Amino acid sequence: MSADSTAVTGGPAASGPVADAPPLNTPPKASLGSRIAARAGGGLVRVFLLVVALFWLMPTVGLLLSSLRSPTDISASGWWKVFSSPTQLTFTNYRTLLDNHAITDSLWNTALITVPATLLVVVIGSLAGYAFAWMEFPGRDWWFIGVVAMLVVPVQVALVPVARLFGDIGIFGDISGVVLFHTAFGLPFAIFLLRNFFAEIPRELLEAARLDGAGELRLFVRVIMPLGGPAIASLGIFQFLWVWNDMLVALIFANSDSQPITVALQQQVRQFGNNIDILAPGAFVSMIVPLVVFFAFQRQFVSGVMAGAVK
Amino acid sequence: MPPVVDSAAGAGGGGVADAAPPLSGPPAKGPGRRRSLLGTRPWVAACFLLPALILLGALVVYPIGYTVQRSLYDADGSGFVGLKNFGTVFTDHGILTAVRNNAIWVVVAPTVATALGLVFAVLTERVRWSTAFKLVIFMPMAISMLAAGIIFRLVYEQDPSRGVANAVVVAVHDTFTDNAAYPGARPRPNGDLAPSGGGSFTTKSRASQGSPADLPLIGIPQNKLPSNAVDAKPAPPQPDAVTGTVWVDFRPGGTGKPGVIDPGEKALSGVKVQAVKDGKVVASAKTGKDGTYKLPGSAAGAQLRLPASNFSGKYNGINWLGPNLITPSIIGSYIWMWAGFAMVLIAAGLAGVPRELLEQARVDGANEWQVFRGITVPLLAPVLVVVTVTLMINVLKIFDLVYIIAPGNTQSDANVLALQLYLSSFGGGDNQGVGSAIGVILLLLVLPVMVFNIRRLRREGRR
Repeated sequence: MSADSTAVTGGPAASGPVADAPPLNTPPKASLGSRIAARAGGGLVRVFLLVVALFWLMPTVGLLLSSLRSPTDISASGWWKVFSSPTQLTFTNYRTLLDNHAITDSLWNTALITVPATLLVVVIGSLAGYAFAWMEFPGRDWWFIGVVAMLVVPVQVALVPVARLFGDIGIFGDISGVVLFHTAFGLPFAIFLLRNFFAEIPRELLEAARLDGAGELRLFVRVIMPLGGPAIASLGIFQFLWVWNDMLVALIFANSDSQPITVALQQQVRQFGNNIDILAPGAFVSMIVPLVVFFAFQRQFVSGVMAGAVK
Repeated sequence: MPPVVDSAAGAGGGGVADAAPPLSGPPAKGPGRRRSLLGTRPWVAACFLLPALILLGALVVYPIGYTVQRSLYDADGSGFVGLKNFGTVFTDHGILTAVRNNAIWVVVAPTVATALGLVFAVLTERVRWSTAFKLVIFMPMAISMLAAGIIFRLVYEQDPSRGVANAVVVAVHDTFTDNAAYPGARPRPNGDLAPSGGGSFTTKSRASQGSPADLPLIGIPQNKLPSNAVDAKPAPPQPDAVTGTVWVDFRPGGTGKPGVIDPGEKALSGVKVQAVKDGKVVASAKTGKDGTYKLPGSAAGAQLRLPASNFSGKYNGINWLGPNLITPSIIGSYIWMWAGFAMVLIAAGLAGVPRELLEQARVDGANEWQVFRGITVPLLAPVLVVVTVTLMINVLKIFDLVYIIAPGNTQSDANVLALQLYLSSFGGGDNQGVGSAIGVILLLLVLPVMVFNIRRLRREGRR
């Protein structure tokens, strides 16, 4: 089976969960044979891939261009008309959108949910991951098996009871409830990923720090956290995008004052057709942060998504 | 099943965490091995673990127990009903649609996404701009399913002048078929021109050279005529051809005579006229701007037919979000989002395939297809399984895309389990018993993967 893990993690030198994320930008190893083959069918392949790429881009481009047209133009014709009459392009929809308090408040809520839910998962997950990797306590292996079992638990099984629970303690509809739910369901993967990464930190480093008189907490802050940087970054980015993009959890646990942008836009979808001037720019605004994160942290994002897609 | 999940596990954590290292790490450092630094007291460990355990206990473990119990009680939770809620899931007509759609989703979406990912991964190795290509295909993974849903609501809009999918379909359709120009047009009753089945109209009399055969039509509102329609003109008789005019035999104000081209009556341009002898089309022509047509002399003695393509309604594209196509349409949007995931994982696997093997096969005379089928795919099989299993688990819980893309009137046709769970428990269904039963079913469906994750962990530990 080791061959399989090699195949997935991208090389025989697989050593860490993050360093080995298959980079999007590895140049193909061009051997003589593949170069010859490339020349043979290359033209056709290039055309095919170009068509596919355009096909893949089209929906997003359509959204962007729709968001830049006036409601009148939107209801009269398709976004591709922009190419023949570029004067249609306008930022009016965005200006209207940013004056819409329901939308701007919900964007702010998205940040208020996402940032704490990410930080909490990173901190709590690191603490537990460190304990599982380097501490000894009764039943450690069983506890960890429990965590691994929870990796694939669908959020759906918890919705009804947690809604009740939050109702009982009075945080149903509050941002804190949404944050806590996301944190709890982010933890199994966080602990799993970080424990595996921390476990590979050389023992000598920790022992040396210990000999210098560092206590557990100091060890954790000064040695584990810095060395775990790549894994923590990967986890953080994945969790950030996961929470930012969530709709279901917030749909249930947030109310109209605490709802994030996804829920606010979802309510607009019901009148789809008459309000594309709100929906299109709204959807695009909600995509900006994920897209920036995606382009800025490609590598960590890929490894995080690959590791956590199963959630 | 064992080979499936086993190889999934082989790739790092059981289709769970594909990029995570095998639990064993380089030299086996499983949970079974002592690795603790000297002297950590258990209460210190407890402090590190406490926040995680409290959250997991309260919001994951306890809810599972509660949901399992709740699934055995009735709608308002007061009466024990045993397995009745599960029976409801598999007998209720609406929920059964969800079960069936979920089955379609789980089979089709992962398979197609993986197949596309494989094709893309293999082909991008041949181009220099593979990074750009991968970015384009992978990008939809970064955005929310809500945004993707809105994007595809726009794509699938019915009106071909607004939805790009139907714009393309209609453009292709119209390239290969005649434009239907005048829906609703018909001859006057009891005229020479009469319905001849299938929406076409045929003359009773036979055409002859030299005497124009005029074909009057009515039933076209003035405002449905092309804005540039001109007045109809009588066709000049020609000795060696069959000629005539097709026009609207009606004038607002109603002063015209039936069957006569009165001044002010509009010509119908672009109408197809066929000459039919013994059921066979011997000649055909289209009317010009002034409504006149000209058939060759061979048309003499034939009946003249105006085929149905002149009158059928304008082709309006495919009803993507209608009851029949709604699930495939939404699956299409899912594939748009997730094919990139498959592609990136498979491309990573491809990087581990020894180049020499492929080269050797090519040197031995294998063509590209044979190399692909005989070497690449078998070597990638474990990765393909990981990707497919991962996508299956993901698809099992599909919610956002269906909830956003399906319009209200076809939501029930697009229903899936996670959506039904939401509707039953929170969306006005008022039956948390059934909702909980669906939750338990989802949990049971991922149980095999959970079990294999654990077995793999323990195997690593013992090594």
